[in-house]
Amino acid sequence: MYNQTEIIKDTSELGAEGELVINMGPQHPATHGVLHLVVTLNGETIKKIEPHLGYIHRSIEKMCESLTYRQFIYVTSRMDYLSSHINNLGCALLVEKGMAIEVPDRAKYVRVILSELTRIASHELWLGAMAMDLGAFTPFFYAFREREMITDIMEDTCGARLTMNYIVPGGLMYDIHPDFQKKVKAFITQFKSKVNEYEDLVTNNVIFQSRTKGVGILSAEDAISYGCTGPVARASGVSCDIRKIYPYEVYDKVEFDEVLETAGDSFARYMVRVKEMNQSIRIIEQLIDNIPEGDFVGKTKNVLKLPKGEFYTRVETARGELGVFVVSEGGTTPHRIKFRSPGFSNLSVLNHIAAGSKIGDLMASMGTLDLVIPDIDR
Amino acid sequence: MFSLEGITTNVQDWLFMKFNPTLALAIECVIVILLAISLFAILGLVLVLMERKVAAHIQIRLGPNRVGPGGMFQTVADTLKLIMKEGLVPDMADKFLFNLAPFVVMMVGMLLLAPIAFAKNFQIWDINIGVLYISSVSSLSVIGILMAGWASNNKYSLLGAMRSGAQIVSYELSAGFAVLTIVVLTGSLQLSEIVNAQQNGWWIFKGHIPAVIAFVLYIIAVTAETNRAPFDLAEAESELTAGFHTEYSGMRFALFFLAEYINIFIVCAIGATLFFGGWMPLHIGNWEAFNHIMDYIPSSVWFMGKTFFLIFLIMWFRWTFPRLRVDQLLNLEWKYLLPISLFNLLLVAVIAILGWHF
Repeated sequence: MYNQTEIIKDTSELGAEGELVINMGPQHPATHGVLHLVVTLNGETIKKIEPHLGYIHRSIEKMCESLTYRQFIYVTSRMDYLSSHINNLGCALLVEKGMAIEVPDRAKYVRVILSELTRIASHELWLGAMAMDLGAFTPFFYAFREREMITDIMEDTCGARLTMNYIVPGGLMYDIHPDFQKKVKAFITQFKSKVNEYEDLVTNNVIFQSRTKGVGILSAEDAISYGCTGPVARASGVSCDIRKIYPYEVYDKVEFDEVLETAGDSFARYMVRVKEMNQSIRIIEQLIDNIPEGDFVGKTKNVLKLPKGEFYTRVETARGELGVFVVSEGGTTPHRIKFRSPGFSNLSVLNHIAAGSKIGDLMASMGTLDLVIPDIDR
Repeated sequence: MFSLEGITTNVQDWLFMKFNPTLALAIECVIVILLAISLFAILGLVLVLMERKVAAHIQIRLGPNRVGPGGMFQTVADTLKLIMKEGLVPDMADKFLFNLAPFVVMMVGMLLLAPIAFAKNFQIWDINIGVLYISSVSSLSVIGILMAGWASNNKYSLLGAMRSGAQIVSYELSAGFAVLTIVVLTGSLQLSEIVNAQQNGWWIFKGHIPAVIAFVLYIIAVTAETNRAPFDLAEAESELTAGFHTEYSGMRFALFFLAEYINIFIVCAIGATLFFGGWMPLHIGNWEAFNHIMDYIPSSVWFMGKTFFLIFLIMWFRWTFPRLRVDQLLNLEWKYLLPISLFNLLLVAVIAILGWHF
């Protein structure tokens, strides 16, 4: 039956002498989820990293195709769960743009404030988790102290702390909590008074700097060719902030800077995110006192039908550019939907920036890429 | 004044009165061993709780607070759990070495306990080469760790063990030189002599700046030698999951865990003995009244107070600093600490010869 000369197992690629192949993940403290890295080592030095995906694939894109345009927004909360509000916003924007739905100003303001709060919450969690990857436990608790205030605001506003599901096509699901402005202002005061603690504990720490400076360098050309977006690309000096280039909602009315660093190393990526938190605070400060009165949701039809055609929107999540692409046949559900998730492109540079460095550097590189595995797998 | 000397002398006299000398000595040995083991157990429980409380305080949380008043019995409950847990041995592991490794690490801790002076005239074995004995025996612990890493048949364990080997062998040099500075100042290797030499002031005050430098070097080196953060590369849970003890569970893991804390206690006790006068009370020049009041505090309290202060310092490091990378760790030792400690030793030798110290 079998051909005698058939190769049953090819052993020629099993690795040269002195190579050590270790499986980092799918259960590993530093991968923050079920990412599986096949790391080829030579002693402590990394020769090759091969990410294996699919452990948390839930086929969200396929699920969205059987849900109506009102429903599919909420599945996306489960993609990048740390910027769930911004994911929802991207999908809602697509439906509103495609059907030319008017969104009241009040809803736009609140959406942006919550987006920026989400961004801060995401960066806070990243800060703590990344410091933990480098062996410092304490910053995690300091970061979570502030993050907790944001999740409390979210809980007041929409009843959920992580997967907000607060946006409907045309506006918001319900009006903001009466205490919303007061609580957001309290958070801003708290954040501003505590942000110097991160500087003392993390940024100015000699060990932290020596672990991150010059580690995992990504040049601007490589950042563009790998399709990196968000803080990862901005740390290499690539201007790619969707809020600046293609302003949506009220981002064109507020003043903020796109944070750019040029070094492209892990420390630059760290600094970009820390500075971005301050910019987000700046945006919230400009908007929080000026939330206009009026409706929180615009008038929409009961059954939403996107006209026949192809639609694309993009938003800036905490990790980079999220693109939503929908092919519509004119029905109540999308014919085909595709998400361009920032995490997937950012993960693809991992081998490029970490090969040749030590195992400890892999943690710094991977930590500053800010990977959220459900966003990569979807 | 309260002293443990009376108790020990009475026990000794009574034993020698009742039995012949050989038997009495044997009974004394058994008593000492039992005391050492119970001290180990108590220290393990206290230090683990202390670590968790210190960590909680630094990390703005409460720490264990459910079992017993203020969480006092949390570690007792944890120990009970670990004793009852199944001690799994991996299928492909070298079973003999795998089972032996935790005991080797524990044994080193026990051996190191012998020459430490816990209080005035309260010392198990006042060996005349005490400092030499400590530095030679403490280097044995690397064997246990290498054994554990190799026998586990796990790549993470192996990497952790190799890191640990490189680290402990390197940092022993700095620790040794830091200890030698005090030996040069005292002119003796015997721990009781070193303590007695600090009657009119602790070495960290008497030895000018070189003694302070030696103390800083000693604390850095022993933090690395005990594999504590920021030098916990052998464990490095975000890189190597748990390093050399990845595959250990149940009581064998508990022994590694206990050995870590015992080692911290021992290096801090030695640090307190060398630099802070061991059980010697704090005396300031000719403030007779002050010195007299200080004498009323029992010597064991002085010793434990100093030791626990140093332990707190090491715990403080752990919960503040990120971990170093493996090449940075070795650079720090060979390029910075070792030259500094060599130069420092030279300086101390000059000071000792010229008699500049107080």
